[in-house]
Amino acid sequence: MARPGSLLWFARHELRLAWRDFLAMMTGGKTTRTVWLALGAAVFAVLAHWVAGLLLGPTLAQGLVPDRPTLMLVTGAGLLFFSVMLSQAVESVTRAYYTRADLDLILASPASARKLLAVRAGAIAISTMALSCLLAAPVINVLAFQGGLHWLSAYLVLVALGAFSAGLAMLVTLGLFATLGPKRTRLVAQILAAIIGAGFIIGIQAGAILSYGNLSRLALFQSETLLALAPDPDSPLFWPARAAMGELGPLLAVALVGLGSLAVSIGIAGQSFARHATDAAGLTERSGTRTTDRAFRTASPAQALRRKEWLLLRRDPWLLSQTLMQILYLLPPALLLWLNYGNAAGVFVVIVPVLVMASGQLAGGLAWLAISGEDAHELIATAPISQAMVLRAKIEAVAGAIALVLMPLLLLLALAAPMIAVVTAVFAAIATASSTAIQLWFRAQARRNLFRRRQVSSRIATLAEAFASIMWAGAAALVAAGSPLFFMPAVVALGVLATARAMAPKRG
Amino acid sequence: MAPPALAIVDLAKSFDRPAVDDFNLTVEAGSFYALLGPNGAGKTTVLRMVAGLLKPDRGTISVLGIDTAKDPIAAKRAIAWVSDEPMVYDRLTPLEYLEFVAGLWGMEAKAADAAARSLLDWLGLGPHRNERCGGFSKGMLQKVALAGALVHDPRLIILDEPLTGLDAGSARQVKDVLLDKVAAGTTVIMTTHILEVAERMAERIGVIARGRLIAEGTLAELREKSGQAGQTLEDIFLALVAERA
Repeated sequence: MARPGSLLWFARHELRLAWRDFLAMMTGGKTTRTVWLALGAAVFAVLAHWVAGLLLGPTLAQGLVPDRPTLMLVTGAGLLFFSVMLSQAVESVTRAYYTRADLDLILASPASARKLLAVRAGAIAISTMALSCLLAAPVINVLAFQGGLHWLSAYLVLVALGAFSAGLAMLVTLGLFATLGPKRTRLVAQILAAIIGAGFIIGIQAGAILSYGNLSRLALFQSETLLALAPDPDSPLFWPARAAMGELGPLLAVALVGLGSLAVSIGIAGQSFARHATDAAGLTERSGTRTTDRAFRTASPAQALRRKEWLLLRRDPWLLSQTLMQILYLLPPALLLWLNYGNAAGVFVVIVPVLVMASGQLAGGLAWLAISGEDAHELIATAPISQAMVLRAKIEAVAGAIALVLMPLLLLLALAAPMIAVVTAVFAAIATASSTAIQLWFRAQARRNLFRRRQVSSRIATLAEAFASIMWAGAAALVAAGSPLFFMPAVVALGVLATARAMAPKRG
Repeated sequence: MAPPALAIVDLAKSFDRPAVDDFNLTVEAGSFYALLGPNGAGKTTVLRMVAGLLKPDRGTISVLGIDTAKDPIAAKRAIAWVSDEPMVYDRLTPLEYLEFVAGLWGMEAKAADAAARSLLDWLGLGPHRNERCGGFSKGMLQKVALAGALVHDPRLIILDEPLTGLDAGSARQVKDVLLDKVAAGTTVIMTTHILEVAERMAERIGVIARGRLIAEGTLAELREKSGQAGQTLEDIFLALVAERA
């Protein structure tokens, strides 16, 4: 039995909460859903391993040795995972300081805040590495099965990278607190997390575009220029790659650096955790957030609703960072567009699915905020306007925001390849409509600050939204390429929508 | 003869079990009415049905002679709803919030602007009218919500526990505003657990238990009905509820 207030006691408390949260998120408290979820996960795992086997088969047949090209490729893949892990860790660490929940209770108690931070930092490291391990598992397992069991050490490298990410994220957050103060730290950290997450991937995509004219993320790591600049295979810079390939010395070094940096960061951050968390709690919107006094503008109810939605979207820093992430993903296609301006239309075909997919995903988030994330839903429900008008105005607000983001790229595209621009605009509108419709069917009233947990309300909605966007993106690419097969993904997308509609909660 | 502000006939609503059953109530226009009842008695359910937030299983509701089922938009135009949880946006200022409410009720901008500024001053929120609501105290948020309810000049104001969490000064301000509105001809219906407030402010009081209206009238009439002459409303309420338990 752990002593109350001890590290183990805190860990058990956090683990219990996390486990119940996870169960609720995955199953919604329904046993049947658990069974379906397990079946779905099993099917996905088999498919993912099959695809990984297909992709890695030819490379493994030639044999993998720790030469410079292989080490560069493994390092590149590791850096991709690290950027995602660091982004996730920065976001989670910021939440540890700013989310109140039980923090006020614990900070007001005689229990040690340092121990709480240690447990929460550990939890951040575990959740960060768990996601990466899950994503990398098919590749690592296939490598281990066909290339040798030594590849299993790649899991340990991911664990070390997760710990290193959590430690680094804590130091970054501390640095922000020290330089910017508690008021700006949250916003800057959120934007930083978005840029780290998307920035690296986008950077190497941009590099690949500049070098090869394609969007492949790992193409850059195989370029002759970069290989010529790469260090010697014995360089410590390649230790993580060597560790992933099963070399014991580098593996121990990487594990030591990862776990050690986490421990040191906890030690440093623990000293000021209670102070910074208290400073964060003392923040209010009032300080410095005055607006200028102006007279009311005449507005119809629909105009009032649209204006309110746009104003709230503009003033939501967290959403700003999420939106920024989506917009950042549009930069590589924009770069490709810029570089190939004046070329044949064929080159623009690769841009079409990216823009369509981004529209669908952006629409999903915005539609949730406008339709479900309504903080004053009773006010609107008691207003003398029809429900249909409310929904129409909110959908118009979402469509307007997406048009604003997409329009500059579409205009640029229209100058270079008008037909491709038309195809992109049409399918972006369809993807936006699909995601908005799904959010409409699965709407469930919630506070806007629960945006992060919007997937919790319905896994089906989240999956349907992503799957429909992918299918519309595929259909758009095929139309742009002049392929008559475009109807296949389009039919699948319609099927996804029909299934989602059938599974949506019935409304009286 | 002017129609009553509210006429409810045979209202019923069930969730897992009946929440409101055979509920009948008439509230005259220009009066202050308090609806009392223990936790879970059905007060909020009744008022949410009146405000159009819940659909009744059975029965009719008329607001100033308008059937809420037949013409909900016209009925809503006359009603304001204030719940115990203030429905305010953190990232809007009180003025922006009131501009939004005015837009929803289709008010003319100039008149709405003047009404909003006057209301905010009246409620002591004038100096904060351009600050975002995110940092406001519960009392300030409740006053912003109340200003939102009043800005479109409703003829029937429904308040569900509006004084919950308010300090004495804020509670007094809210009560004064409501009494002024009643004096000007508006009808106010309020639920509260603070029986002293109901005793002092309400002209008529309804007691609800297990989804039914078990007693209704002025304080004197309730004393007479319960056989508790000279007793406080608290004594009468507890006696009435105990009878139905």
